[in-house]
Amino acid sequence: MAQLAVFVLDTLYSVAVLVLISAGLGIIFGMVRVINLAHGEFLVLGGYSAITAHGLGLNIWLSMLVVAPLVVGMFGVVVERLIIRPLYGRLVNTMLATWGLSLVMVGGLNMIFGNTTTGIPLPVGGFSVGGYQVSGYNLLLIVLAALQMFVIWLVLGCTRFGLLACGTMQNASMSAAFGVNSSRVYMLTFACGAALSGLAGGVLAPLIGLTPGGGANYIAKAFITVISGGASVVSGLVASAGLFGTVSQIFTAVATPIAGELALLVVAILLLRALPSGISGRYFRNRI
Amino acid sequence: MKVTRRRFMQNTAALAALGAAPRWAESADNIKLGSVLDRSGIFDAYGKPMDRAERLAVENINAAGGLNGRMVEIIAYDTQSDMALYTQYSQQLARRDRVDVVHGGILSASREAIRPTLRKNNIPYFYNVLYEGGVCDRNIFCTGITPAQQIEVLIPAAVGRWGKKAYILAADYNYGQITAKWVQHYLEQQGAGAIQTDFFPLDVSDFSATITKIQSAAPDMLISALVGGAHLSFYRQWAATGMNARIPMASTTLGVGNEHIVLTPEEGNGILVAYNYAQSGNSPANQEFLSQWGAKYGAQSVEEIHEIAVSHYQGILLWAEAVRRAGGVERDALITTLESGIQVEGPSGRVTIDPVTHHAVLDVHLMELANQRLKVVESHPQRQPVDTQTVCDLKKNPDDNRQYEIGI
Amino acid sequence: MAVWQQTVGAFLIGLVIMAALPLVADYYTLTLLVVYGILALSLGLIWGYGGILCFGQAAFFGIGGYTFAIAAINFDAAWPALFLAVAVPALFAAVLGAMMFYGRLGDVYLAVVTLVVTLILFKFMNATAGQEWVIGAARLGGFNGIPGFPTLHLPWDAQAWLIDDRLYYFCFVLLLLCLSGCRLLLASSFGRIIIGIRENETRLQLLGYDTHGFKTALFTVGGGLAGLAGALFANWSEIVTPGLFSLGQSAEIIIWVLIGGVGTLIGPVIGAALLGWLKFVFGQQSVIDNSLVMGVLLILVVLRLPRGLLPAFAALAARLLPGRGGGRRRRLLAARNHRPGETPTGHEGGSAHGS
Repeated sequence: MAQLAVFVLDTLYSVAVLVLISAGLGIIFGMVRVINLAHGEFLVLGGYSAITAHGLGLNIWLSMLVVAPLVVGMFGVVVERLIIRPLYGRLVNTMLATWGLSLVMVGGLNMIFGNTTTGIPLPVGGFSVGGYQVSGYNLLLIVLAALQMFVIWLVLGCTRFGLLACGTMQNASMSAAFGVNSSRVYMLTFACGAALSGLAGGVLAPLIGLTPGGGANYIAKAFITVISGGASVVSGLVASAGLFGTVSQIFTAVATPIAGELALLVVAILLLRALPSGISGRYFRNRI
Repeated sequence: MKVTRRRFMQNTAALAALGAAPRWAESADNIKLGSVLDRSGIFDAYGKPMDRAERLAVENINAAGGLNGRMVEIIAYDTQSDMALYTQYSQQLARRDRVDVVHGGILSASREAIRPTLRKNNIPYFYNVLYEGGVCDRNIFCTGITPAQQIEVLIPAAVGRWGKKAYILAADYNYGQITAKWVQHYLEQQGAGAIQTDFFPLDVSDFSATITKIQSAAPDMLISALVGGAHLSFYRQWAATGMNARIPMASTTLGVGNEHIVLTPEEGNGILVAYNYAQSGNSPANQEFLSQWGAKYGAQSVEEIHEIAVSHYQGILLWAEAVRRAGGVERDALITTLESGIQVEGPSGRVTIDPVTHHAVLDVHLMELANQRLKVVESHPQRQPVDTQTVCDLKKNPDDNRQYEIGI
Repeated sequence: MAVWQQTVGAFLIGLVIMAALPLVADYYTLTLLVVYGILALSLGLIWGYGGILCFGQAAFFGIGGYTFAIAAINFDAAWPALFLAVAVPALFAAVLGAMMFYGRLGDVYLAVVTLVVTLILFKFMNATAGQEWVIGAARLGGFNGIPGFPTLHLPWDAQAWLIDDRLYYFCFVLLLLCLSGCRLLLASSFGRIIIGIRENETRLQLLGYDTHGFKTALFTVGGGLAGLAGALFANWSEIVTPGLFSLGQSAEIIIWVLIGGVGTLIGPVIGAALLGWLKFVFGQQSVIDNSLVMGVLLILVVLRLPRGLLPAFAALAARLLPGRGGGRRRRLLAARNHRPGETPTGHEGGSAHGS
């Protein structure tokens, strides 16, 4: 019984990690329709912001939950103005430009922090479930991921900004005709996506050994999760993260972590093959 | 013009030999020591101190007048924890820089990547790192400790303290794979066994599923052969769940990358290891080494001296001793001299080249982590590289060129 | 006939360049640049002419390298291995291509699938360190890769290895042959249909062409070329590692092609050589990080020269030299009208940001 509970916790944890690392990319792709290939580096930047802020004496929670998203969100504004704006509507070109951005960020982080592994200790201890010791931090990430998805859903569905954003995404010229400053809506949406990436990077920083090039480990998984996600930012993401997280957790538990990763990727291919153009078509409906 | 240039070069030879001079100051008269180490990337915790040890060793050699009157010059490349760069740089060392010897390589993967190139180009190669044993190649000298020296000490102690059921965690490449087999071998010798062996690619840093799995298996102890910066997360996550208080751990690699300093005392205390070098050793050679290191790199950095930095240092001393005796760097004379049983008194005690296997005979200490220090528990003097001796005889088969693996 | 004459002429010019390059750099570096050139050509062909943006060209490159190493160890001979190293990736590309094109995957999905395939290969090869992973006499070696396999030698002398200058000339001649082959392929009716598909796939379908089959065939050729590059790379580096399949490798190939010029053949080759050389130069120093430079270049090209260097220079030349190169100008205009890999965005809110 305890074993089952721990397995469920582990599965929820791996789903939560997928949700966290994909949410920023999902917002930016689903709403702004830009594939941000610098997403992994956004995460890493969040991690470094948190570690640096903590190193300067700031409270660890403030560093992870406030500083990291703020820094990356502001960085996102700059990126949107300088690089993304001229390229809206040209999907492949935005992919290539953000790929360039990711290289710039890896190089920049390399020069600032050095090509070495940094980390901070986990801020919370473990607790026991039956005879098992479970990391408290994992539980925290699960709660955080759930909370985050709820807030996104709330903002998009129930606030004026969310409505304007959805409207602008659906038909920019129409909403511009109604007097919406669509350029600003794009910018804010991009910044929100970036901030979410920063948040994910911040809270993952204690779990991973952070290196400047470490973003590459996340971009592919996030990319796959978002693309497979389907029609909507929230429910699609949760659905695909749930599927992939469970599959990889089962294979990890019965075989090895590598089997888990491979299973995730194979399922992704099968999923895309089974729903060929369908998901792509559905993306443009703009449900939440 | 040409004459002035040559004279100028001779004048700057000593400077160049310190490794501080730019490349244009090379002198044709210097002995060229090629070096490939990971000074950046996820293995930099291993490579940076090794690089410092190497520069200290060469500085000492040159300060004492060089080798047979010739200065030693380091040509070093940072391989950035990228195995592809090892072959590239070793080819550059062999073909463009035409070095006389290569010291370096950290991961066993990197050694196997450059060994064929150096053999093909007849450049003697020193691999000065603790490893899984079994390399049998007349062109290479492996001066680090091997399983028969390390694991044979570690496992009986661990079994004696904690029990017979072990759970092995190892890095997924040749070092981890072969080391895991040696661990099993010695466990079985003790009437113990491994209930499970898991391998992790070097970029894995999330171990939560594994930690649950270990708990379900409920072993008496963990044996870790994890490698690199990403794997360091395991010790953290393990301690964060509170499991380090419940299941004890022994490791063949912890501390080699200074993990014991990065981990807090609560996270690391009680972990059992066995290495050749103990920083607390009070031999004159070690005291001198520590004070020289402190003088060159700052007293703070003495902490970062680890097992393989010292074995790299001693590997260079062994090579230098052989060059002195052989009277030059010519490959065959050098190898023959080394095979005569060259030995040095290094910071970790006496190190002797075993003529039959080109490995080293050295001391091994069983140590325990206590407040971020490695505390010696017991010492085993002058252990032979038995693992390699049973399969490899370079006197009889000088053309042998393979890595033997233990069969289980 | 004109195409033949032009191709032979270009081949001869290529030979002159081949003879001249060793004056400016060493053989070891040049060989790598030439190998990169073949790799870039493989993507330049399928992306620039077939409109297929493959994010996983490194998969075929890696398979080529691994096939060569494994076959060379098993046969104890390098030449048959070289042929297998082209055939196996081509076959793999054919299967993957058929799955994707007949499955009607859209642009973005095609990119994701090729990326995921590359990742799977990378993760898988990384996890094969155990001794149970063998193919014939060859251990796959996992993270270690496969070192120490027999490399190419002169066909009449088994001890005369193709290294340094020999390997350089061999690779360069192969590059010229590949370029010429692609040129002739594109001039054939097959090539015209491929370009037609790129411009308007539906129209070609309505005309009765099996467009999926044609795209699969082109993808196969691209896979074979990348495999050849992989085998040559294995010869150059004397080791194959899972790093061949890395995302970074795939990224670099796309950057080469993009910077050189999508929709040309020689552009990607020049892009690869140029960036490979830049990488080498910047790799020698540690003041400015290598990937920083690459990234800045990529961003600038995407923003300022979306068609790449070569077409930009050609357009400049055409403007400066009026009355010459009318045919070239027409081709450039055609290239300009098409932005490769672009998706028609339907009711995308492009009006606010339409460029």
